[in-house]
Amino acid sequence: MNSLQSYLLLSSLLFSIGLAGALTRRNAILVLIGIELMLNAANLNFIAFWRYGPAPEVLTGIMFTIFSISIAAAEAAVGLSIILAAYRHSRTTDLDQMNSLKG
Amino acid sequence: MTTSFMILAVLTVAGTAAAMGLRNAVHCVLALALGFAGIAMLYLQLGAQFVGFTQILVYVGAVAILAVFAIMMTHNDKSMALPDSHSAWVAGCIVAVAVFAVLARAIVSSSASAQTQPPQPAATVQQIGNALMHRFVMPLEIMGLLLTAALIGAVVIAMDRREEMK
Amino acid sequence: MTHLALMTQHLDQIFVLTSHWLLSYLPIALQPLCSAILSVAAIIIAFATLFALTTLLERKGLGRMQNRYGPNRVGPCGLFQPLADGVKSLTKEDIVPIRADRAVHFMAPVLLVAASFMGYAVLPIGRNMVMVDMNAGVLFFFAIGSLMELAVFMAGWSSRSKYSLLGAMRAIAQMISYEVPLVLASVVVLMQAGSLSTVAIVNMQATYSGIWPHWFVFTPWGFAGFALFMIAATAESNRSPFDLPEGESEIIAGYYTEYSGFKFALFFLGEYIGMFATSGMAITLFLGGWSAPFSFLTWIPSYFWFFAKLLTIISVFIWIRGTLPRLRMDQLMNLAWQFMLPMTLLNLLTTGIWHFMLPGFLRWIVCSTMVIVPCILLGSGLKYKKKFQIRTYHFSQ
Repeated sequence: MNSLQSYLLLSSLLFSIGLAGALTRRNAILVLIGIELMLNAANLNFIAFWRYGPAPEVLTGIMFTIFSISIAAAEAAVGLSIILAAYRHSRTTDLDQMNSLKG
Repeated sequence: MTTSFMILAVLTVAGTAAAMGLRNAVHCVLALALGFAGIAMLYLQLGAQFVGFTQILVYVGAVAILAVFAIMMTHNDKSMALPDSHSAWVAGCIVAVAVFAVLARAIVSSSASAQTQPPQPAATVQQIGNALMHRFVMPLEIMGLLLTAALIGAVVIAMDRREEMK
Repeated sequence: MTHLALMTQHLDQIFVLTSHWLLSYLPIALQPLCSAILSVAAIIIAFATLFALTTLLERKGLGRMQNRYGPNRVGPCGLFQPLADGVKSLTKEDIVPIRADRAVHFMAPVLLVAASFMGYAVLPIGRNMVMVDMNAGVLFFFAIGSLMELAVFMAGWSSRSKYSLLGAMRAIAQMISYEVPLVLASVVVLMQAGSLSTVAIVNMQATYSGIWPHWFVFTPWGFAGFALFMIAATAESNRSPFDLPEGESEIIAGYYTEYSGFKFALFFLGEYIGMFATSGMAITLFLGGWSAPFSFLTWIPSYFWFFAKLLTIISVFIWIRGTLPRLRMDQLMNLAWQFMLPMTLLNLLTTGIWHFMLPGFLRWIVCSTMVIVPCILLGSGLKYKKKFQIRTYHFSQ
């Protein structure tokens, strides 16, 4: 097993952990965290492919990761504020109980 | 596969697994910060210094703190004490394991990932800056717009409007 | 002449040469590791000593400002007071609240001290005296600084005490709010230096025209940046007048209320070490790092200048602590978001204009106006807008 493969396996393991978290947890904040983790796994893939890919000097992998990190930050901020607004409305962050669109 | 990679991999996986598995939500976020730091160190090991430090700054310094704040603000939530439902837990784990199996099979059998070790590529801050200012200037501008919109949007959504109505 | 020059050069590099000499006795394979250990040990010893000295200096200085003596019982002029404090904190009982989250409660001070020491890895203390010359050194410094917020939260949350939690929440809100102007104020230097490496930034400032150095603080944008950076740094290190997180008259000691003995000392250490680190970063970015203030003083060793500047900044910190009253939470936040943030953004613009204008007198006038006029207008505008009314305890509800 070479280095690229081990990095890819690690990142797919991280992705699966994030997926498992997003699917099993009931707390909306932890679900969001699971999604962040999946994004991180994808970022690790980008960097690994940049490192072992054919043309590292164009920095595409790095750029993708930088943009992805900024988008993830924006996503976390908006997502958490939506959770806060929903909590204020329904007094819960449990996704099983947040099942009506109508107040 | 070097020893440092193994150590970092174990650290990251342990942190993230704990983040998804622990009962207490604050413990989850703290474990998650460990996992994020592990990923940042993996970036450093791959030679992406700038991205590694950005990862720490954004994820450990901002996202983890934000999540912790959100948890503190919703901690009156009674449902938090309830355990996650058993059937959902089993189903989620089965799906995740299946996804991992498919991905791992694809990675191991793929020819694209079977490569020799190329020399360490350089990614100095100067190069990244030049790339951001020339080739990627349009995405950069859009990113600035997006972040501003997200900032204002987050403030507007999270603001408590009840006091204005009074 | 050459003999003298050689001697001063050797004196300047004495620590570097000693370390090389020590390492030459070791096998090649061990050298990188031992070099790292040696520099870490040197940094820890130097700054822990400085911490001890500063606690004494602070208590003495504050005492003088408040018309009292300060510590004067232990040793000559109370010089051994830090030693006595250390022995006391080591021998005290380590109390952990019953309901506390033990693991997190233990990890918080460790993380805080570790994070505050890690920042020194990129600070150039003297010529060739930097642990790692990182390509993204300044970014590393701020990334490590953001770890401290997590440590503060861990301390406040794990104690299960309302004072700790309130203090931690205040501290995190304050640190996040002031991190924005702190980073933005240092960006001007990065723009002008074109590098994120601390060594390159200092080397750029260590040149002279006539007898005057090219420190960034001697430009309109540099001066404004330095002032903004120092205000933000005061808030980042929870120093007075921004010491709400540990305001002893309101919330006892903030996030480390429930800590005792050695862990309390670790918090104290971490806080001061963090303050030295941000001051060191201000010196590196704006005050020319280890370079001498005049070209005819370059014969004095470079590390001397770094520590002289650091001690000056520390004295100013103590002076401010003895002078200004504590701010209120809303005042603190308003200062960060309504004054500091617009000013740092404007300073960025000024730096850009400075960069593209031709060198000369006009450039000075335009850029100084661009900094001073908005500062006055913004300041008086904010003061005008403020309605004086009965104080409401919105944030404590």
